[in-house]
Amino acid sequence: MSDNIEKYIKRKVFKSSSSRIAQKFVDVGLEKLRACINCGTCTASCPSGRRTAFRTRSALRRALSGDESVLSDIDIWLCSTCYYCYERCPRDIPVTDMIIKLRNIAVEEGYILDNHFTLASDIFYKTGHGVPANGENNKKWRDLRESYGLPALPPTVHSYPEAVKECQFLMDEVGFRALLDNARELKDKRMLAEEKKEKEGK
Amino acid sequence: MSEQKNWRYAFFLGCVIPNRYPMIERSIRDVFEELGAELLDMPGASCCPAPGVFRGFHIPTWFVIAARNIAIAEDLGVSPITGCNGCYGTLRDAWWDLEHDKEEKKQVNKLLAKVSKEYTGKFEPKHIMQALYLDMGKEYVRGFIKHKFKDLKVAVHYGCHIVKPSDKRPWNGEYENPTFLDEIVELTGATSIDYKEKFMCCGAGGAVRTAVKEVAADFTREKLVNMREAGADIIINCCPFCHLQLDLGQVEVNNFYKDIIGEPFHIPVIYITQLLGVAMGMDPSRLGLVKNHDLKGVSPFISIQPFLDIIKEQLI
Repeated sequence: MSDNIEKYIKRKVFKSSSSRIAQKFVDVGLEKLRACINCGTCTASCPSGRRTAFRTRSALRRALSGDESVLSDIDIWLCSTCYYCYERCPRDIPVTDMIIKLRNIAVEEGYILDNHFTLASDIFYKTGHGVPANGENNKKWRDLRESYGLPALPPTVHSYPEAVKECQFLMDEVGFRALLDNARELKDKRMLAEEKKEKEGK
Repeated sequence: MSEQKNWRYAFFLGCVIPNRYPMIERSIRDVFEELGAELLDMPGASCCPAPGVFRGFHIPTWFVIAARNIAIAEDLGVSPITGCNGCYGTLRDAWWDLEHDKEEKKQVNKLLAKVSKEYTGKFEPKHIMQALYLDMGKEYVRGFIKHKFKDLKVAVHYGCHIVKPSDKRPWNGEYENPTFLDEIVELTGATSIDYKEKFMCCGAGGAVRTAVKEVAADFTREKLVNMREAGADIIINCCPFCHLQLDLGQVEVNNFYKDIIGEPFHIPVIYITQLLGVAMGMDPSRLGLVKNHDLKGVSPFISIQPFLDIIKEQLI
């Protein structure tokens, strides 16, 4: 037996590290991807893939095969949701929506970028806006509004404190707060474990 | 085109328009008033929530907050209207999906009932381009044009969610080569120029800008290179997040990619109602085109003076 063949036979074959995750992929409807013929139209149409390592077809293929590592890759957050893959898929797979679902599972498993966590938890949850104009640091934006003859704060949640509470109540009820807290916890745990591993390695 | 002249909409502001580019809010409000359309405020409306980022975190949260926003418009008895492609993507897709998923709609209303709100879905969420092009119609808008540009080359940028997903949009399935924005731009006498990858994404959306600013800016770099090559005087868009990415992002491109772009970019970025309003003979101050230079570190980040000079030369 040649060395190469031996290497091939003994190579690590990826098996789904967690049937729980594989089941999640199926539950959110990623099994729709079974219609995929691997033509690569999604990857070829992707403006993000032209400049990053994100490969649409490959990422979704990995998800379907239960490869959990797709969740921890930053790649799935580099899709700008331009929807070209969704439009052009010859098998009518709603590709972009599949990526969104993949992201949902990633967050559930604690794979969320720090910037995104801050945006969700400290900005959106607290103010009701993704880009707020209230608070000390945003005075220049309120001044800018006034310079165009608009009220300092718009007639949105910014002008109705009870509306912020209402949004927060809905986010609590639908499980958003718990989701974020859980993501934070998982993320912190994972970081600690990695640090420990690194120390022990030394 | 409708014969009706009393258009009424609930003005869904979103986040970037009121809180970062209020000149867009100014111009939409005043141009719509001039066109005889009434925009009602939506008290207590929130972030739409953004379709790539917040929907990417948790689809059920996205549904219920979007439905809450639509319900505020329903209480006013009219369609919500937005000037933002992202808000349009959320409101329109959530509305479409809820109309096709009775179970999800039931879940959403169960939650909304706890805050004494109800989502019915009887009013279709609209984009201001939809109001201009489909509700009022090009001919109606043309009737308001008082001045025409003689030589203004415009690089039109559509953005993504105004046309896609096309099965949930009102443009007859057209997404590869839409023309509605070019047609409204050309009412003003300006020329919409062809440029490479005209319909490409600006790079900001889908959580990308927040994730890795350099990646978002690289999309923008490609667009700017192509626009400059085609001789664009200004950029016209219909989305404040694209607007931000092409304006503030232009500064970032000039910084991140200075070694490969040659000359730094300085193409003025103008929102469609700002251009339209100028041709309608409206005072630039009503269109958010007069900047208070005492304010530092605020939009627009790329000077619009070249555009103001063109207005002076060609319109006055």
